Amino acid sequence: MSENPTRSIEPSYLKYKGRYGGIFAWIFSTDHKRIGLLYLWSIMTFFIVGAILGLLMKMELISPGKNIMGPQTYNGFFTLHGIIMIFLIVIPGLPAVFGNFFLPIMIGAKDVAFPRLNLTSWWLYMFGALVVLTSQFTGGGPPDTGWTFYAPYSFQTPTNMLPAVTGAFILGFSSILTGLNFIVTIHRMRAPGMGWFKMPLFPWSLYATGWIQLIATPIVGVTLLMIIAERTLNIGFFDPSLGGDPILYQHLFWIYSHPAVYIMILPAMGAISEIIPTFARKTIFGYKAIIASTVAIAFVGYFVWGHHMFTSGMSGVALYTFSILTFLVAIPSAIKVFNWVSTMHKASINLQTPFYWAVSFIFVFMIGGFSGLVLGALATNVHLHDTHFVVAHFHFIVFGGTGFAFLGAMHYWFPKVFGRKYDAGWANIGWLTFFIGFITLYGPMFYLGIAGMPRRYYDYVEVFHGGNIISSFGSIILIAGIAIVITNLVKSAISGEKADQNPWGGITLEWKVPSPPPLENFDEIPHVTRGPYDYS
Amino acid sequence: MISETRDISNFVAGYESTFMLIFWVAVFFIVGISLTMIWFIYRYNKKRNPVATQIKGSVTLEIIWTVIPVALVLVMFNFGWTGWKPMQEPPEDAMVVKSYARMWSWMFEYENGRLTDTLFVPQNRPVRVDLIAQDVLHSLYIPAFRIKQDMVPGREGFLWFEAGQPGVYDLFCAEYCGLQHAYMTTAVVVMPEYDFEEWLADTTQVLVADAERPGAAGMQILRMNGCNACHSSDGTALVGPTFRGLYGSTVTVITDGTEREIVADDDYIRRSIYEPDADIVKGYSRGLMLSYRNLIDEQGIQDIIEYLKTIQ
Repeated sequence: MSENPTRSIEPSYLKYKGRYGGIFAWIFSTDHKRIGLLYLWSIMTFFIVGAILGLLMKMELISPGKNIMGPQTYNGFFTLHGIIMIFLIVIPGLPAVFGNFFLPIMIGAKDVAFPRLNLTSWWLYMFGALVVLTSQFTGGGPPDTGWTFYAPYSFQTPTNMLPAVTGAFILGFSSILTGLNFIVTIHRMRAPGMGWFKMPLFPWSLYATGWIQLIATPIVGVTLLMIIAERTLNIGFFDPSLGGDPILYQHLFWIYSHPAVYIMILPAMGAISEIIPTFARKTIFGYKAIIASTVAIAFVGYFVWGHHMFTSGMSGVALYTFSILTFLVAIPSAIKVFNWVSTMHKASINLQTPFYWAVSFIFVFMIGGFSGLVLGALATNVHLHDTHFVVAHFHFIVFGGTGFAFLGAMHYWFPKVFGRKYDAGWANIGWLTFFIGFITLYGPMFYLGIAGMPRRYYDYVEVFHGGNIISSFGSIILIAGIAIVITNLVKSAISGEKADQNPWGGITLEWKVPSPPPLENFDEIPHVTRGPYDYS
Repeated sequence: MISETRDISNFVAGYESTFMLIFWVAVFFIVGISLTMIWFIYRYNKKRNPVATQIKGSVTLEIIWTVIPVALVLVMFNFGWTGWKPMQEPPEDAMVVKSYARMWSWMFEYENGRLTDTLFVPQNRPVRVDLIAQDVLHSLYIPAFRIKQDMVPGREGFLWFEAGQPGVYDLFCAEYCGLQHAYMTTAVVVMPEYDFEEWLADTTQVLVADAERPGAAGMQILRMNGCNACHSSDGTALVGPTFRGLYGSTVTVITDGTEREIVADDDYIRRSIYEPDADIVKGYSRGLMLSYRNLIDEQGIQDIIEYLKTIQ
């Protein structure tokens, strides 16, 4: 890409000494790379909590009746599991960690456009997380509404629901500011010579994501203000006893929360689009088709929220429209899959751990996508809506999609971020355990949903016992996989073998700076003359 | 997915054809693409193919793999729409049953005023179930019939079906509604038309076994209104206090934020049913029970009190 690779004598961003020392050198740093790592550590901590909650729920469901907790605890657990996993992990997820770290480097910039705003975003994120978590320890006890906070139950439950929604509101601002920052950075700070169509695909996915964050997220704020007005001024928006309409709440909730799914998945697809060409040693197939599909997903994704409400009693016209749009939004994803697979054709594949994650991403993403079509079709949706089939579907997409891509990206960029190599043997064992656990945990949930087991059920009738045993067993394997992957990465970050500047032979700009990169990435801003995946 | 169940309800066939279409298309693509990837990884491994051939893309291929999936999903959409459309068109002559959902129990009211906690329906006759949610969102779900409809307080809704085979089928609440959501279950009993008419006409049948017992009428009212979901009769504390030993005892309650002791007499029982939030028994939460003023009349209150006297 660049003809003049930079060699830096500056100390790396990890060692750089600024105004503050110790932990303050991190939590007050405006360096995009340190902020990326702040997000990484925060997200990892929350993820471990969320995953343990998930494991405990699966242990409760291993057999009918009470096993380890009562229904109130279980309902609180699935609510907190959802809030943590959605609002604290997958929404910030790849953009906040890898976007912050790699966007400026990949487009040849020294930092994002607004470094202080970037640090503010992290502080807002932590503050929002804190507010969400206070709901667990104050007031009438942990919220038990599910992460969707559906009215009117959320208005009637004596548990502590308002802090959780307020926290989501604050987290929304963090997300908006990150999106804004990335959009401006991409518009204004690309290296000389890097036209729009010389930009790598991960920044492209962040660009589309940024617009979703900017446009869709404010709806959460509006909804929260309506909730406050309803509770304090008795204006009936959502509560039928005040003349409000619970369905209005569902619309507002999903107008944000559906596009939020694309906030999660687009950067994941972007990361996959980086990993595959690097290890295939081949230019990506259909570069412009992938960009077009990214933009198409971001656009059509705004108009499909109604598919979360097919059984809520909307008109036939609404159902017809939302169903057909839901089918059409699947097309750009299919196009991406075809292009990724075609990139492997006649390639020269260097089979490393990130590639395993990428290929298994495509596999679980296809299962998640096709099960989404089953749910997008009206006749099948009516039966499967609010069953374990839906739980399986969105775990394949949200956890399978975002999770596999995140861990793929983590291994791919690990040498760059920490300047060290991960232990490849353990990384592969961790991937395999994770993959087997994932399929064993979520696969049987498709069956359970088809058999009719509703979601958010603390207890169930005997017919559903078999599927739940396998699924609970899978959760143990998956947790073991997560433990292996995290332990290996943490250990390697501390004491792994030193990594070269470019261990995979990648040609995007991040591989032209030292590992780990110096404070301002480039001594001299590179001049870009070739396409991002031009291996010829 | 099992074909011999196709006539359990009139909607099973529409569900199955849509499901099977998408399922087999999915199997074709998932297996095909996965095997292709594995083949590429094997064939184009850097050991076997040290130098990659740079291919930037192909407009023809992009068009093919856009157009074919669009056509496929439009067919899938149409199957789904065709299977769903009749769900909003109940026949004029359908038998009407009103369903009432509240935390966390069901009640069904038939055209002759009969009330049950289980849904009884005749075989081979369209049944329209009107949906009435009395507190929060619920969803009436009968998996075997492949139907479900959310029940929204303040909104009228319905679902309909025609059951094809006598039997007993699970009926679940599918929309999360709080603590005992997982226990808000009952059953649909499908009976041959003749048996159903006989059952419907015989309003004494449910009470036959214990009609002579004192308090039987009160117990029946408690069952019909789902009171047992939160109040036990055996001394166990559930979401609400138990009925056992309640009548005539001294109860510590919180009235307008202040604690006081009160004797559970007729007035107390009536007030607890009509204004549940007036006196909250210490240790329990407010706002969980709704008023039963429109559902239980004065005679009902008296019957309940008679029943409570039998479990002092």
